[in-house]
Amino acid sequence: MQINNKIKVAIIGTGNIGSDLLLKIQKSNVITCGLFAGRNADSAGIKLAKEIGVPTSFDSIGAIEQDPDCCEIVFDATSAKNHIEHAPILKQLGKFVIDLTPSRIGKMCIPVINAEEALCSQNINLVTCGGQACVPLAKVIMDTHPETTYIEIVGSIASKSAGAGTRANIEEYMQTTKQALEKFSGVPEAKVILVFNPAEPPVLMHNTIYASIANPNIQLLKENIEKMAELIRSYVPGYRITYGPIVDRGRVVITVQVIGSGDFLPFYAGNLDIITCAAVQMAEDFAKKSLKNKLYE
Amino acid sequence: MNNIRFFDSTLRDGSHAVSHKISAEQIREYCENIDGAGLYTVIVGHGNGIGASSHQVGFSAVSDFETISIAKQALKKTRLGIFFIPGFATIKDDLEPAIKLGVDLVCVASHCTEADTTEQYIRYLNTCGKEVYGVLMMYHMTTKERLLEEAIKMQSYGAQGVIIMDSAGASIPLLVSDTIKHLVKNLKIPVGFHAHNNLGMAVANSLIALENGATIIDGTLRGFGAGAGNCQIEAVVTVLKKMNIDAGIDLYKLMDVSDNVVTKIMKKPQEIDSIGLMGGLTGVFSVYALPIKRAAEKYNVDARDIYVEVGKRKIVGGQEDMIVEVAIELAKKKQLSNIN
Repeated sequence: MQINNKIKVAIIGTGNIGSDLLLKIQKSNVITCGLFAGRNADSAGIKLAKEIGVPTSFDSIGAIEQDPDCCEIVFDATSAKNHIEHAPILKQLGKFVIDLTPSRIGKMCIPVINAEEALCSQNINLVTCGGQACVPLAKVIMDTHPETTYIEIVGSIASKSAGAGTRANIEEYMQTTKQALEKFSGVPEAKVILVFNPAEPPVLMHNTIYASIANPNIQLLKENIEKMAELIRSYVPGYRITYGPIVDRGRVVITVQVIGSGDFLPFYAGNLDIITCAAVQMAEDFAKKSLKNKLYE
Repeated sequence: MNNIRFFDSTLRDGSHAVSHKISAEQIREYCENIDGAGLYTVIVGHGNGIGASSHQVGFSAVSDFETISIAKQALKKTRLGIFFIPGFATIKDDLEPAIKLGVDLVCVASHCTEADTTEQYIRYLNTCGKEVYGVLMMYHMTTKERLLEEAIKMQSYGAQGVIIMDSAGASIPLLVSDTIKHLVKNLKIPVGFHAHNNLGMAVANSLIALENGATIIDGTLRGFGAGAGNCQIEAVVTVLKKMNIDAGIDLYKLMDVSDNVVTKIMKKPQEIDSIGLMGGLTGVFSVYALPIKRAAEKYNVDARDIYVEVGKRKIVGGQEDMIVEVAIELAKKKQLSNIN
């Protein structure tokens, strides 16, 4: 891999997610941040970008339209509503888009499940943090016990880690997570619950998965779940099964915690971390492919 | 004290007390009998709001849509209300169909510091032309200043009133008077109070709220509700009557429904046991009484210790899973200390 020949990316949205991406990209040896654009000149993210010498703009997507060569890959970390406007513009500019809002415009992507397939799309959607954390386990459950009738996932995130965008998009969050849960696992009936926990000090991102399975093989489930968790840890280091699978009152229960990498927000913000980790993973995969193609050009 | 409106949460909050197992026939009988008694709205559905039926907080015996349909048929004079918590349900799967079934009024609730999670929903209900109220739960966990900020947000989204919930029954009288006074003085919309009876203060605290300018009392018949139960509406109406305040309520009708209908839904009389008192003391959500008792039995630990620990962790609504975790931890500690 050519270290000096990194693929340029742009980030739109300078809130929690955008800022966390910015810091993660600094560590990458295949991608580099060519533009950090938002609308809010006073954001902590903008200050941070200036400090580390990344070009900034307050013209949001306008900055990419004016200088399309600033990037090959665009991360959209604004809101579902904004991405509806951004998607056609970015398509026309021929950018590979990694959408971190729950807009559901692009191809839904959970790296551990469909990274390769997703790389063939021009716009990929990273579902939601709850989707990234729980859908792979739901898939394991369905693969192990196809007769499962119902899966429910409960995400509990620290209030402090939920920015304005997340709060304004709860409806989209819920619908997108549910759709991903149904699509990737194939479970006949699914339910999603999201709880904001205001506790101080903030609690770690915490997910519970319930599954209605008539006669669960707990030993087999446990093995398969641990295997999946190991795969996820390859790109989300703080991902861990905290307990289960256990059978409690006729249902299978698994809980998962994600300890954040502590890049932009502290360790409790695993919800942020899991989706930015997934985004960077996908960008790096795309960049590696792109660099390889360039070598043969 | 004029124009007092009673929000009847008997079927909703009561559903917690019977693990959400209220039958279709009970819903019909209740609604038919309470209709026209003068209550402002009868709120139905799962205890955690429509769409909340789940492993996490318990499955309803009757689906919310069936409940709403039955109630709509039975309620000819009284508004049909529902409760909605963002994060438990969605517009697409729950709210939109509920409105199609004829819901008149919606209470959109959030934890006391999370009002911005209700914006999408309050605005949506406004565009549907529905009567909508904001609800701030677990109000004892924050300050009156912060509470006002959150209530103002709900007001700006278009809420027609804000109801403050003492979800853990953790209020002392001074907290109620101080909070309500502050909100009434600074809000343009009506203020309501929803009490729980953990410290035996639900009726008294509701009266204090009224004395300080609240105009909505959210309670239940016979105090039927989560944990130690709620503010008993017919008791408040009786006290008001004795104070020569006419709330426009048919008191005998309430008493009849309370004696003859609600008692049949209840599994046991509403009482304040030590668990209820611990809830009021530690400020833990009333709906956790049953899950805590269950976890204490299963893992053989003292329920009061679970209360103290989850109280420290500032548990909020919808975190039933945390109780089991705490119980397991306490059981491990107990085992260790037995070995040592």
